[in-house]
Amino acid sequence: MESGPITGPVLTDGTAGETHPRPADLSGVPATPNPAAGTGAIGGTFWRRFVFRRPLAALVLQRLGLSVGLLFAVSLMIFGGIEALPGDFATTYLGQSATPQAVENIRKDLGLDRPWSERYLNWLGGAVQGDFGTSWASKNSVSEQIGNRLGNSLFLAFFAALISVPLAVGLGMLAVQFRNRMPDKIINVISLAAISLPEFFIGYLLIMFFAVKWGVATFPATVYDSMSFIERLSAIALPVATLVLVVLAHMMRMTRAAILNVMSSAYVETAELKGLGMFRIIARHAAPNAVAPVINVIALNLAYLVVGVVVVEVVFVYPGMGQYMVDAVTVRDMPVVQACGLIFAAFYIFLNMAADILAILANPRLRHPR
Amino acid sequence: MNLRSIPLSAWVGIAGIAITILCAIFAPVIAPYGERDVVGDIWLPAGGDFLLGTDNLGRDLFSRLVYGARTTIFVALAATVLSFSLGMILSFAAAVMGGFVDQLFSRFNDLMMAIPTLIFALVVLAVLPQHLWILILVMAVLDSTRVFRIGRAVALDVAVMEFVEAARLRGEGSLWIIFREILPNTLSPLLAEFGLRFAFSILFLSTLSFLGLGIQPPAADWGGMVKDNKDGIIFGISAALIPGAAIATLAICVNLVVDWLMKRTSSLKGGRGDA
Repeated sequence: MESGPITGPVLTDGTAGETHPRPADLSGVPATPNPAAGTGAIGGTFWRRFVFRRPLAALVLQRLGLSVGLLFAVSLMIFGGIEALPGDFATTYLGQSATPQAVENIRKDLGLDRPWSERYLNWLGGAVQGDFGTSWASKNSVSEQIGNRLGNSLFLAFFAALISVPLAVGLGMLAVQFRNRMPDKIINVISLAAISLPEFFIGYLLIMFFAVKWGVATFPATVYDSMSFIERLSAIALPVATLVLVVLAHMMRMTRAAILNVMSSAYVETAELKGLGMFRIIARHAAPNAVAPVINVIALNLAYLVVGVVVVEVVFVYPGMGQYMVDAVTVRDMPVVQACGLIFAAFYIFLNMAADILAILANPRLRHPR
Repeated sequence: MNLRSIPLSAWVGIAGIAITILCAIFAPVIAPYGERDVVGDIWLPAGGDFLLGTDNLGRDLFSRLVYGARTTIFVALAATVLSFSLGMILSFAAAVMGGFVDQLFSRFNDLMMAIPTLIFALVVLAVLPQHLWILILVMAVLDSTRVFRIGRAVALDVAVMEFVEAARLRGEGSLWIIFREILPNTLSPLLAEFGLRFAFSILFLSTLSFLGLGIQPPAADWGGMVKDNKDGIIFGISAALIPGAAIATLAICVNLVVDWLMKRTSSLKGGRGDA
């Protein structure tokens, strides 16, 4: 960014949200081929005018479009890519010893005799409207099942996030404050260990001690409709604790790295050398610049949380999406697998997109690709 | 590099990895019973005839743990090596060729990384038949997306250095430049990355096995052993926790070594050394 000092401040003003009459002169908005030509060059299409007037909104819209496109490509991959893999649904479904006649029957039964492009379009059209077809194994509507279970999974992930995010940011800042001293080293070793623990090990360890030995928590963590809110909370205490432990170490280490990255920059050293106190440096100089990476870290870890739910649900026999998907994979119930895969991928993609957009909003420098 | 500069934590890690690998290599010598032999009652407590007790079918847990080290390390290592070769070749190709090839590889890589690894693996393994080599291949391909991203960044970073330019002006071929100029200077970060991927592979394989989609019984592997013995937890039988602890210990040991390698890299770069 050689032109940083000149373009930076001007653009920040222009992107602040108000409609400036002429924010144009110095901005390097990518869609304008020749900025020097001034307002005359911005006739063009609606989109180009929009990009010019509201670069920030345009950038956000662009990310949004990109994510939708990505999701579309992922759906193609989940459906079509699988079709391209060797092996036949009907044969794998029935097992190797099935007679050709039985395979033929089940192909017709499941609609596999139609060309895959037709089935893909059908599936995608249904998926957009929230209809994922019927399960091969149980002949129930997939959407209905997912509707019940998705809420349960999100309930779990939401409480895990509610506890882990403030804890991680706080511990990360603590580690920076005591950098290379005892508290930091302790936090570092513990988090390194926590990263290396598989989710199911943490889960069973918690079950062993809290549910079996001390009897203070319930296992398995089944929830049903007639349960009150408080009962639900006590049922998910252990799964939430597991998820928090799994995601906490990651988030904390990344927070620490992000803040330390800012702390080792030249202007913080200057602040240190001119004699400012540690707290003042962190609060006034480092924190505003560390907000963007920390927000990014949080969003990325929430995306991780959505996936981490899969194993934790299996461990705790919790009726959520993850367990549904794993069960479907073992019996090769493809409509369920595809629907769950698409929904998990959608959450993942949109949380990643949110991380992206929040980073752009928090850090004006990212608004102008070099 | 002298041996004294290696910190204690890294020595612990190296020792742990060495012990596990020795167990894996000399499994038939170390294990008192066979991998699949039913030798006693189910879920006998530790001590007595059986060092760690028996599992859900009455097989010796310690013997299965030792044989399990074999399977787990072999599959995880094979997947990591494969994913590294794949990711490195593709990323160096992308960095060297640039243009359309780079765009094609990078965008496809982005697409692959847009799907969470575990979910992708679940979808793919639902279709493919259950064979060991298919499992290794799926793990390797999914993991190579991460290697590709790192490899490309590192290669692009080093390729513009003065000493590479000097070598180019000296008239060295591109093979020399990759293996004698770029590779030695990227070795430390790449080695750290290899360790990180290996630790991830161990955890990923264990997770898949735990979900019943990894290594198929009766072969012993640590994740599958947790799955086999998980029903004992409710009765306060800790048989499932032992293989789980083995996975965790190995992963911690690998991470300790990686941590040291990364610290070494960052101090080589001349940073303030605390990142």
